Amino acid sequence: MTAICPACGPADASAFARRGGAEAAPAPAVIRLALPDIHCAACIASAEAALAAEPGVAAARVNLSRKLAEVKAAEWVEPDRLIAALKKAGHAALELDEAALGPERDAAETRELLLSLGVAGFAMMNVMLLSVAVWSGAEAATRELLHWVSALIALPAVAFAARPFFRSAWAGLRAGRLGMDMPISVAILLSSGVSLYEVAEGGRHAWFDAALALTFFLLLGRLLEARARAAARSAARSLAALESPRALRIGADGAAESVRVAELRVGDLVRIPPGMRAPVDGVVETGATDLDRSALTGETVPVPVGPGAEVAAGETNLTGPITLRAVAVGEDTTLRRMAELVSAAEQGRGAFRSLADRAGRAYAPLVHLLALGAFAVWAHVSGDWRFALNVATATLIITCPCALGLAAPAVATAAAGKLFRRGALLKGGDALERLAEADVAVFDKTGTLTTGRPRLLSEPAPEALAMAAGLAAGSAHPYARALVEAAAARGIAPASATGVAERPGAGIEGALGGAAARLGSPAWTGAPEGPGAAIWLRVGDEAPVRFDFADEIRPEAAALVAALKAEGLRPILLSGDAPEAVAAVAGALGIEEFAARLSPADKLARVAALKAAGRKPLMVGDGLNDAAALAGAHVSAAPATGLDAARTAADIVLLRGDLSALGDALRTARSARRRILQNFAIAGAYNLVAVPVALVGLATPFLAALAMSSSSITVSLNALRLR
Amino acid sequence: MEILLILIPASLALGGIGLAAFLWALRSGQFSDPDGDAARILLDQPPPGEDAKS
Repeated sequence: MTAICPACGPADASAFARRGGAEAAPAPAVIRLALPDIHCAACIASAEAALAAEPGVAAARVNLSRKLAEVKAAEWVEPDRLIAALKKAGHAALELDEAALGPERDAAETRELLLSLGVAGFAMMNVMLLSVAVWSGAEAATRELLHWVSALIALPAVAFAARPFFRSAWAGLRAGRLGMDMPISVAILLSSGVSLYEVAEGGRHAWFDAALALTFFLLLGRLLEARARAAARSAARSLAALESPRALRIGADGAAESVRVAELRVGDLVRIPPGMRAPVDGVVETGATDLDRSALTGETVPVPVGPGAEVAAGETNLTGPITLRAVAVGEDTTLRRMAELVSAAEQGRGAFRSLADRAGRAYAPLVHLLALGAFAVWAHVSGDWRFALNVATATLIITCPCALGLAAPAVATAAAGKLFRRGALLKGGDALERLAEADVAVFDKTGTLTTGRPRLLSEPAPEALAMAAGLAAGSAHPYARALVEAAAARGIAPASATGVAERPGAGIEGALGGAAARLGSPAWTGAPEGPGAAIWLRVGDEAPVRFDFADEIRPEAAALVAALKAEGLRPILLSGDAPEAVAAVAGALGIEEFAARLSPADKLARVAALKAAGRKPLMVGDGLNDAAALAGAHVSAAPATGLDAARTAADIVLLRGDLSALGDALRTARSARRRILQNFAIAGAYNLVAVPVALVGLATPFLAALAMSSSSITVSLNALRLR
Repeated sequence: MEILLILIPASLALGGIGLAAFLWALRSGQFSDPDGDAARILLDQPPPGEDAKS
């Protein structure tokens, strides 16, 4: 990327500021950069060194867990400079929009849970220790002393550590919902209250250890969930921040300045150098080029444009610099309208009820009724309401969804960690469960099943290829790159061409051994027009030579389609490209159902129709034109090479830009789902044994502690077994 | 059983030390980047730009 920053401070002044140290920058700004690729100690070292070597940078620290760098720098330091420096050191970096950034909130939530967990753990261990003395037969004054000490530790600890549950139970109560947190809060409060009363009356049983153990195990489950959510959100955020946040605006004096896209207005002139994506919808003012529209439409063949042509935001400039007169900015651009389609599709998706959620909803009323019933029956039968209250408390504690609270998050954490190592990033806890349910696989073609880069199809004479590669060597046009690659792959050295010049929208011309040569469109090289993706080479007065190109199918695509078929998923190919190209790819991969020339709305409609028919489509796509379908599908995946909007809309990002991780992800998701159900069964089995014991009034705090700890540990171990 | 009057405060104090250590670790940001800290142990030099701190 070429960073043109006329606004940057003069170099020598910045060098002085660097030597001067911190006092030269009185109020250093914090710049946050997302570093999606860093993964090891060497990455940290080189990224931090690259950042610190930039003038004006006071301190730079890379956070590997959150994959971002926090740079304390002087006000005048442009993020672009830092990004360019990182790029030179081999790290892709993106500016994170400060306004859209909320990781501090996630970090605060995780910290609060961690703190609560620490307090609950400390109190639990101490009370448990005292309880062991009670269980092993402490009597009279000794028991009372131990109980009072337990109460002194437990009551403040519960009041502090169980706040997350109380808060959410209260919120649920006000909204008229009976969630999982209601029985949890009631069990914790009731067991603490009854214990306090019993201790004051000199009773035999106190449940302080149970109240604390409940709090501890449930906080553990909550912490796992919160961490998964925070990781998912920060991934989505860094992806959202990818949308080219800066543009080169040409001021009244003709100089280009780097501004935020949000600052552009209709009528502004914007310069778009080759390799950059158009930030706004506009009309070409000066210059000519080829545009890559594949992200918006799925077309693989670049489109030549000249002055007066319309350019939509999100299209990539390939060959020549152009200036655009903005006709639509911000909310009105094609890109944003696409984003609206995406958010509409997301709303149409409806709330997914996770397994844990469904289990909790069925479980909470049952538990309350059971405890209430036990209280009523015992109070009626024995007339001893204190004993009846003890039975009800024991029932609530034993049935409290301790293992249930751990059952799903423990499996989800194990599965997400495993998939991350294999190269698939899950963006939400329930993505895993939804993936496990998928029964149709809908694919996009360009960039998803194919690499999105053309490959030379024809087998030209070596001399012709050498000459073509010689002309193409300096160009960024995908066909030119394909020619150079093809020559290298065949061991052909490119011919040396002189006076090479790129004619945007037409081709490349130059001189080969004294003869004028042209490589480009049929009209420009004097060749006959014909169908298919092809360019022509004409040297001097010789007959033009034709080079055919085809979109290259990803090497792992066939294996993936076969693997998904084996798992019972019906593959469907939906593309915006021409029918012939789509049919060829579908045929090569063994996909029977396909459709071509689909607009983004068509794709969404097809996916919605599948859902209406009761199917659960998995959508795999990479382009902006897929984003709505990705958001509307039951579950969706995008390769990391895909466009930002697609990755933001997708539930799963395939980090290595390699589709094979999706097959792994599907298998892991299905085994994770089985494991979650198993965990529910384990937790249920413990209850099946323990609840009757509690109902007949035989449960002791010792038994409750045993049942609770052993079921939680079994469930966690079962989650770790996930392969 | 008078020994309890010594042992219980002693065990609480020991536990309290553990809790205090955990709180200190939490406050000093040792849980904010576990992956990074695990990797940083392999680095020879303190990261540049942190000279003032160490």
